[in-house]
Amino acid sequence: MADDKVIHVTDADFETTVLGADLPVLVDFWASWCGPCRAIAPVVEELASEYDGKVIVAKMNVDESPATPGKYGIRAIPTLILFKDGQVVDQITGAVGKALIEAALTKVTS
Amino acid sequence: MAERDLIIIGGGPAGLTAGLYGSRAGLQTLLVEKLSPGGQVLITDQVENYPGFPEGLSGFELVEKMTAHARKFGMEEMNGEVIGMEYHHPEAVTVKLADGNTLAAKAVIIATGAGHRRLEIPGEEEFTGRGVSYCATCDGPFFRDQEVAVIGGGDSAVQEAIFLTKFASRVYLIHRRDRLRAVKALQERAFENPKIEFIYDSVVKRFDGDESGLRSVTIENLRNGKVSDLAVGGGFIFVGMVPNTGFLKGVVDLDGQGFVITDEWMKTSANRIFAAGDCRSKPLLQIVTAASDGATAAFAAEHLIYGV
Repeated sequence: MADDKVIHVTDADFETTVLGADLPVLVDFWASWCGPCRAIAPVVEELASEYDGKVIVAKMNVDESPATPGKYGIRAIPTLILFKDGQVVDQITGAVGKALIEAALTKVTS
Repeated sequence: MAERDLIIIGGGPAGLTAGLYGSRAGLQTLLVEKLSPGGQVLITDQVENYPGFPEGLSGFELVEKMTAHARKFGMEEMNGEVIGMEYHHPEAVTVKLADGNTLAAKAVIIATGAGHRRLEIPGEEEFTGRGVSYCATCDGPFFRDQEVAVIGGGDSAVQEAIFLTKFASRVYLIHRRDRLRAVKALQERAFENPKIEFIYDSVVKRFDGDESGLRSVTIENLRNGKVSDLAVGGGFIFVGMVPNTGFLKGVVDLDGQGFVITDEWMKTSANRIFAAGDCRSKPLLQIVTAASDGATAAFAAEHLIYGV
């Protein structure tokens, strides 16, 4: 399954796994009660496979890890934040198509 | 290029029902969806008016049942974003995908649905995702014990205002007219809810805030022209729908608001192209009418393809 490429991060390991990563990291902030999060999930999984080795794709459950979304002012999900060298490079809110997310990923991989 | 009998674009209730009817009729049917199936139903907390479910059911549940039902008869699915289509004489339609691929079928049903209408006012875009929202079921839990505004007076606005009282300490329902447009049952529930405060005859002019997010909305009273600021952490906008038909300009006839014009067989102005659901020009945008359109469109496609 494509899902194998997606890693799951929490408040506890966010700093090392995301901010300290050598590669750019796309974090999908989601929750089980959010319909559009479910809608966007297959797209995120596909991107994780396609960008394997170039971008780390991570999911963070905002119910289990409220501190990190709070720190980044997230008040809507799904929100995708693209990090590079610990900095926010791009932020996408809402369930958007693959092309829009890819446009952001291309900026940090090319 | 492999040609199928029927391609359906969009996996909400209209597309899934068309998939069910098409595949059950023996048509080789492919559903193309940009995300995963569901559409707007996925953001509906509780569906109360779909016949056969007197207790109501969640949007999730209904989508799962509809998807399973369509798959049962052999409907195929693929992920893809359609960017255009074209009729080719005598009996094929080609569908262009964003990834550069092309698909072909004997008939196509457009079931791309509709999205939320924006207010197009200052601060709206800036604070989207930081207080401004179009989805109460997604974002409501971020506003626990805060005061929020809901903008609109139709079914969605009133239903979501009631939903938001589960989290927010107070919900202001701001509506441009002097009474709500929502169905009576919803109105009554809203009137009984002590957390909801109604602000009539008023429009929101702008959203304001700082780096922490939305702080207030500016409201104008249309009766007396008075302008005031209301301190809220959230602004939920439910002021109608816009059809997802931008890619169809020049392909099929659209009405003044961009909805696809069809006849009662769901036939568009283009040969072998049908439309169903919320993207279609019609008086009532509901799950049940979307399903009905999907069934009719698939039936019409079946007649066309089998030549009966």
